Amino acid sequence: MSLVLENVNRSVDNTSYLKDINLSFEPGSFNVLLGRTLAGKTSLMRIIAGLDKVNSGKVIVDGVDVTEQSVQKRNISMVYQQFINYPNMNVYDNIASPLLLAGTPASEIKKRVQETAEMLRIEAFLKRYPLELSGGQQQRTAMARALVKDATILLFDEPLVNLDYKLREELRQELRELFKLRNSIAIYATTEPNEALALGGTTTLLHQGRVLQTGPAIEQYRYPINLDAADLYSEPPINILPGTISEQEVTFDEYASFPVAGHFKDVAVGAYRFGIRPSHMSLVPKNDDDIELAVQVEVAEISASETFLHVANKHFQLVLQLSGVHDYRTNTPVKIYLPPEKLFLFDFEGGIIKAPYPAREQGAQQHG
Amino acid sequence: MAEIRLKNLAHSYATDPEHTTDYAIHEMNHVWEQGGAYALLGPSGCGKSTLLNIISGLVIPSHGSVTFDGVEVNDISTQDRNIAQVFQFPVIYDSMTVYDNLAFPLRNMKVLESEIDAKVREVADILELSDILQRKANNLSADQKQKISMGRGLVRDDVSAILFDEPLTVIDPNLKWKLRRKLKQIHERYNITMVYVTHDQLEASTFADKIALMYEGKIVQFGTPRELFENPNHTFVGYFIGSPGMNLLKMTLSEQGAELGGITFGLNAEQRALLQGAKNAELTLGIRPEFVQLSAQQNEESLPCTIQHTEDLGTYKIVTVMLGDHSIKIRLDEEQQIPTQDAYLNFPNQWVKFYADDYLINSTEGEATSE
Repeated sequence: MSLVLENVNRSVDNTSYLKDINLSFEPGSFNVLLGRTLAGKTSLMRIIAGLDKVNSGKVIVDGVDVTEQSVQKRNISMVYQQFINYPNMNVYDNIASPLLLAGTPASEIKKRVQETAEMLRIEAFLKRYPLELSGGQQQRTAMARALVKDATILLFDEPLVNLDYKLREELRQELRELFKLRNSIAIYATTEPNEALALGGTTTLLHQGRVLQTGPAIEQYRYPINLDAADLYSEPPINILPGTISEQEVTFDEYASFPVAGHFKDVAVGAYRFGIRPSHMSLVPKNDDDIELAVQVEVAEISASETFLHVANKHFQLVLQLSGVHDYRTNTPVKIYLPPEKLFLFDFEGGIIKAPYPAREQGAQQHG
Repeated sequence: MAEIRLKNLAHSYATDPEHTTDYAIHEMNHVWEQGGAYALLGPSGCGKSTLLNIISGLVIPSHGSVTFDGVEVNDISTQDRNIAQVFQFPVIYDSMTVYDNLAFPLRNMKVLESEIDAKVREVADILELSDILQRKANNLSADQKQKISMGRGLVRDDVSAILFDEPLTVIDPNLKWKLRRKLKQIHERYNITMVYVTHDQLEASTFADKIALMYEGKIVQFGTPRELFENPNHTFVGYFIGSPGMNLLKMTLSEQGAELGGITFGLNAEQRALLQGAKNAELTLGIRPEFVQLSAQQNEESLPCTIQHTEDLGTYKIVTVMLGDHSIKIRLDEEQQIPTQDAYLNFPNQWVKFYADDYLINSTEGEATSE
């Protein structure tokens, strides 16, 4: 099974939701759509499902143009953010419902429901009704219903967002295993970069209705195509400092400077925006050439094992992600250190000029 | 402003509760001090919303009492408790301007317009809503609406406490950071008792000075985020705090040390003494993924393991290894190398915790805070 979207556009009342989407999904692949709220993730899924119409463009499944085909004719399963189950049916009947509709023989239904329920670890609740289940169990039921039939395309629209984060952690791991066993195309939408990174597969970055980038999530984390992409992959958001590169020096607002070296060597002289991820800055220099900045603490957010230190001076506002507990009162002056070799370089339109990671091959390395 | 105290409080939704399972809240004594920033953290179904509703007066407890500054409020209505609440979904008047939304609680109290104006502008300034005061609320983004919800609590001087029920659920990840930081600043400035209910440990720990972690109707630990992380007094705390949670390995005692499914972890005299008293209990060894050391080199105390899987999350990596029959997760920094062939684990003694029937076996200094 293959799925291709060709120049897909969608707008409603002059508001554009999807712009020139060209994507192809490989048979048996697991895909993630990563983007903020209103980036176009749900719009895209609804078009793939046949729930919404395109304004222009084509949806092609296995070489056949299905753009005008109704949702019933497309062999698709979808799981939503909200737990959608039939409240008047027990878990067994909920899971069995798509098979009943398809006229599957009773013995086959029983076997498939049992298998799917076991896979999602809800086999003990088959006699219960949805409202007698926890949120996690309800969502597993909805997922089981989506997985029980051999859909060509499986769409998951932020299915874990309404669950406890612990449950999310567990289900995420299970999902990854589940999809490995299937031959359908799975597409999973999320707003969380960590989810894209943890799930693996091919990630498409969506931003304001456009595709920014497609590839493995870890590649996108290291080589974002622009500032929007870098920002989508940073939690807390990536720090941006305006500055200039001259023949000899890199300068941030005439405030701190360091010699042009490393990955900045062959960059044209001019004004740029420098990006640094919160986890790459520190309160103690790690190398002699780290850039020192004098700032004041705005607020220290202490999580259990880490501190998010929000700092500012009159030029910048930055956040550092530090391991350990660093309790600072508001307005305490501190010195922070930026390793120049970790800086991203963007132009003023947000396009990337340089990424701080050396060889591209490294990004593709993955175990297990 | 108030100190909130729960005295022998318990709650059952059943009319004639018989078994402990009939209770949504098991009997507890608990104090939230005036001006503190607290989180009530736990999985869904743990009773945290019930507890919040008891404080706000939406639910009347079946046993015990709630006091505000020493005065019992069990029979006092929500309005009269002067509690401000911020819910999961912003509750504001869409047809009103931002200004009128903020002024609403004060106008209800018949405060002078001049005073209202000063207060509304002050709060709008802090929440960065000054530029949109005259805009209608219906077209605003979720985070702005949520700021208005908060603002309506802040304009009132008589507020006993602000209760937050999962206030960031509908907010995009990048804006959550901003809003959370704002909350923290507001707390530093206004000195109001704040109780924040969430299932998200990051939100809980960054917001709160102290977290009450709830599990099955009980507060299993009340402490600073750091205490919950470094010294969980129950296996559930170990599991729930941290991402991934604590590695919890079932163990038995032997002459050689702790038997972990085919692997022996050597115990020092102090650890052995600690475990002596708990010989008959079900024992668990706990260590956080952050504290497990992974190396390609063997040393005297290292345990051999095999690497199963690596998740590269950009800023850090999660490595899953097998140690005997146990699957163990290790959290490594971005730059740390993963052994390609032979791999060995070390459990630094300071971070190894022992649990008897799920409760931490305390050394002398770490005292359990079950209150």
